[in-house]
Amino acid sequence: MLLIHCPYCEEDRSELEFRWAGEAHIARPENIAAISDEEFAEFFFLRNNEKGLTYERWRHIHGCGRFFNAARDTVSDRFLMTYKAGMPKQPIPVMEKAVAIAEEKTVETWEATEGDAR
Amino acid sequence: MSGSSKNLGAFRIQGAGRLTPARTARFTFDGKSYTAMEGDSVASALLAHGVHLLGRSFKYHRPRGVLSAGPEEPNALLDVSRDASRRQPNVRATVQEVFDGAKIASQNRWPSLAFDIGSFNDLLSPFFAAGFYYKTFMWPRAAWHKLYEPFIRRAAGLGEAPKEEDADHYAGRYVHCDVLIAGAGIAGLTAALSAASTGASVVLVDEQPEVGGALHADAATTIDGQNGYDWAQATAAKLKAMPNVAVLNRTTVFGYYNHGFLGLVERVTDHVARPGKDLPRERLWQVRAKKVVLATGSIERHMVFANNDRPGIMLASAARTFLNHHGVAVGRRIGVYTAHDSAYEAAFDLKRAGVTIVAIVDSREKPGEAVLAEARSLGIDVLTGHAVTNTGGRRRINSMTVARNGNFDVRKMPVDALIVSAGWTPSVHLFSQSRGKLRFDEQNQRFLPDIYAQNCVSVGACNGTDDLADLIDEAIRAGSGSVAVSGENRFEWTGGMIGAAESAGPEHAVKAFVDFQHDVTAKDIRLAVREGMHSIEHIKRFTTNGMASDQGKLSNMHGLAIAAEMLGRPIPQVGLTTFRAPYTPVTYGTLVAHSRGDLFDPARKTPMHDLETAEGAEFEDVGNWKRAWYYPQRGEDMFAAVNRECKTVRDVAGVFNGSTLGKIEVVGPDAAKFLNLLYTNAWDTLKPGKARYGIMTREDGFVYDDGVVGRLAEDRFHVTTTTGGAPRVLHHMEDYLQTEFPDLRVWLTSTTEQWAVIAVQGPKAREIIQPFVEGVDISNEAFPHMSVAECQVMGVPSRLFRVSFTGELGYEINVPADYGPAVWKAIWERAKSMGACLYGTESMHVLRAEKGYIIVGQDTDGTVTPNDAGLDWAVSKKKMDFVGIRGLKRPDLVRDGRKQLVGLITKSPNIVLEEGGQIVADPNQPKPMKMLGHVTSAYWSENCGRSIALALVAGGRSRIGETLYVPLKDKTIAVEVTDMVFFDKEGGRIHG
Repeated sequence: MLLIHCPYCEEDRSELEFRWAGEAHIARPENIAAISDEEFAEFFFLRNNEKGLTYERWRHIHGCGRFFNAARDTVSDRFLMTYKAGMPKQPIPVMEKAVAIAEEKTVETWEATEGDAR
Repeated sequence: MSGSSKNLGAFRIQGAGRLTPARTARFTFDGKSYTAMEGDSVASALLAHGVHLLGRSFKYHRPRGVLSAGPEEPNALLDVSRDASRRQPNVRATVQEVFDGAKIASQNRWPSLAFDIGSFNDLLSPFFAAGFYYKTFMWPRAAWHKLYEPFIRRAAGLGEAPKEEDADHYAGRYVHCDVLIAGAGIAGLTAALSAASTGASVVLVDEQPEVGGALHADAATTIDGQNGYDWAQATAAKLKAMPNVAVLNRTTVFGYYNHGFLGLVERVTDHVARPGKDLPRERLWQVRAKKVVLATGSIERHMVFANNDRPGIMLASAARTFLNHHGVAVGRRIGVYTAHDSAYEAAFDLKRAGVTIVAIVDSREKPGEAVLAEARSLGIDVLTGHAVTNTGGRRRINSMTVARNGNFDVRKMPVDALIVSAGWTPSVHLFSQSRGKLRFDEQNQRFLPDIYAQNCVSVGACNGTDDLADLIDEAIRAGSGSVAVSGENRFEWTGGMIGAAESAGPEHAVKAFVDFQHDVTAKDIRLAVREGMHSIEHIKRFTTNGMASDQGKLSNMHGLAIAAEMLGRPIPQVGLTTFRAPYTPVTYGTLVAHSRGDLFDPARKTPMHDLETAEGAEFEDVGNWKRAWYYPQRGEDMFAAVNRECKTVRDVAGVFNGSTLGKIEVVGPDAAKFLNLLYTNAWDTLKPGKARYGIMTREDGFVYDDGVVGRLAEDRFHVTTTTGGAPRVLHHMEDYLQTEFPDLRVWLTSTTEQWAVIAVQGPKAREIIQPFVEGVDISNEAFPHMSVAECQVMGVPSRLFRVSFTGELGYEINVPADYGPAVWKAIWERAKSMGACLYGTESMHVLRAEKGYIIVGQDTDGTVTPNDAGLDWAVSKKKMDFVGIRGLKRPDLVRDGRKQLVGLITKSPNIVLEEGGQIVADPNQPKPMKMLGHVTSAYWSENCGRSIALALVAGGRSRIGETLYVPLKDKTIAVEVTDMVFFDKEGGRIHG
């Protein structure tokens, strides 16, 4: 069970207290009524679903109730950092990144164990 | 009664072992009574009586005995019970402690353990080769259901699941600590001393009844000048006395998860003859540790050779434990087959205890010098460069056949036990679970911890640290403290092998077992490779090697080595299967703990629940809520009760409990602005004291929720949501408020449980509530439909809504939850005297359907727009923005021919449609027919004197008057499309 740092409570709490809330930094267009179908599809339907570093929203639903942003590595399942909602996308500190990459190597992925790579 | 007058077993060795003869326990095995000593495992107790045959193997039903003395045991799985409701199958005889009164039975045999019909499978074994399930039962197809599956199901599974509800209870605890240490052998205890000396909070966990680990087997090692086992007990006592240390015995760390989170299971009462009722049987510990020290030791491997599975064949370390700890000799004439020095020490101990060692057969040409010299001095015959090529004996080994490696001259030696060792496998299970990466130690043929993924350190045998002094140093360092511990052992061990032994190679068609519990032989693994399995993961699944309840603790390394040899590839390239939690089996009861029965999924009850029960209500589950469904009177079935309730509401009035309705208080200077953005309707035009029906869409334009919203003041709204939708609607609102519109000054509070809601609906509703209401004029003129007011009801501060979900004159009285029962009682008393009724959710559904009011989630399904539902009037055309404004303009949402909600009436008025029934235009078209939509709601309407239905139909509103069909399995029902209002089409009653 992961520990997640709530940037509002400023505490590491068990993941049981949190709920995932989708990809982060997708701003609702100010002129939403006027955007094209393509722009709407991009805004509402399309998500990156990236392997590796992902920016996503979480809510401390069984705690302070606040939504916040997190940078998480989807391979190692490691939270690299969390920060308050409304802040711009935060760069990942170099050290955190290095740790994440080292950790990725310790994680068995399907590609590494059973995929074509073998 | 003194211990000596009891028969503790013919194989007890006077003066050996650490148990106390005065303390005995009686138990039965397959109906026969035995006496054991307290502290015996079931295995040691039975071995003391010379009982070696404990079970039958899974596939071939071969006789099996005790292989190990610990949790790795694959063979000796037994059924252990106190009584019928306290029975557990598949208990390892080597782990279960004997308690007085235990009833123990063997498994997987019929009619008896000695004569088992299933053992014919052994003769048929050519047909049961690895993967036979995938090949044998393919043809003919029809035979699968009738023949193969029932046969396999009867044969499958070890043991018999208990049929009665578990009478025990289970508990759980949460702990945070600085250091958790898994394993209390020399390494774990030393690490604990070291960590404790720093003042850190330490949890030391060990799966055995007493600490000591490998010292259970060992009688020669000394620590700090005293016998190792005694040192271990003294050290544990010292640690237990420290305020910053907790020592958990009989506790297994079964899982190591993210961020130092570990799962532990503590067996609290399984060893106790008469456990106190207040004690849980097992306790689940959930620990968050800042640092983890793994001191999990290593597990001895067996030798892989022909017929290596007979009862009486066991690991050398097990025989040594039974002797030195339990005082039991596992035979009188014992053979030794080994590739590692450690088995010699077992032979020495047994020899000194008076047991005949027939010979030490060592597959190596050069065993360790020291052990060899000691063997000679003890007069033990050592055959180096030899192999045991076969064994004899039906229900227990009676001979071993020995040959020089590569030589065909064999010698048959009579034995009654054979102890084996192929070396030691470091227990890296928890390290691997923590996502650490292993490396292969080529020289010693073992996998060891390499890259750590968490704040964790492995010490001792599980880290491949063999030297005692190094091990102690490593453990002290792991604890980050400073303590002095010194140890001395008699022999440095050398040797070890993995894979098949001499005479069990590819050229030999013998049964040399790799995985005992699943009856996987070396031959099976080679077959898997020949059949094209090249990844260890595939080989594992094809042969089921390592997939039994012991999870391959003995078999994985042998299986891997045999596969690697067949593949001609080095071991690290073939790979190791992933270790997953749990380390040893964990009962569901422990994981579930208190979350069962009434506590499994708590029921939500409204304040008026008991009053409804007293009125004879039947309840239905709506989410976690218990809602009154209908109120049958004497002799009424549901149909009759609902018809009466529906009729009475429209003729007189009805009282309904609406407390489960979701309620959110939206407060703040920008409250109206916020609701404008969250609902399709316009709220700034709503005057305080008025209410409005609102629809909420998601960005994609589909209906998400609905409900009545009352404006109490410029800056205060009382929002209601569907019963099931309350939490997600609040989440949705919070999401927009916090992240999209954070500048709005609005506060949201869930008030669902703060208000008890009593709905009074029907022509006499006003007359019923009139005497109770103070502070507001509720005449039709002063308080028309869709009004809201704060007032007093029976002197209680209340919020009164004039709203209707029935189409009748209606009120909803909100009172603080605690006052709900009193107000309900008074109103119901008066209503009853005037001829009104109580009505439940079923009548509520019928009454709203008669008026064509939708239920979000029943008549809509997440693909329905407000326009589809006939609610376009509720979508503001003037607003510049609201959630869903753009989605509603998507081409697919504005095209012609979308499914629209309409009414349906059956041509025969007595037929009630099935909800979910599909609708077609031409029932005679070939299948698959073109579906136009489906029935969403269907009821008998007593008020209309006919059946009514709502349905989503493609182009529905343009089909009004058309005849469509609902084809069912045995008949086709003709229906006419109508509008959605079936009763009081003019809508006058609501304003009455």
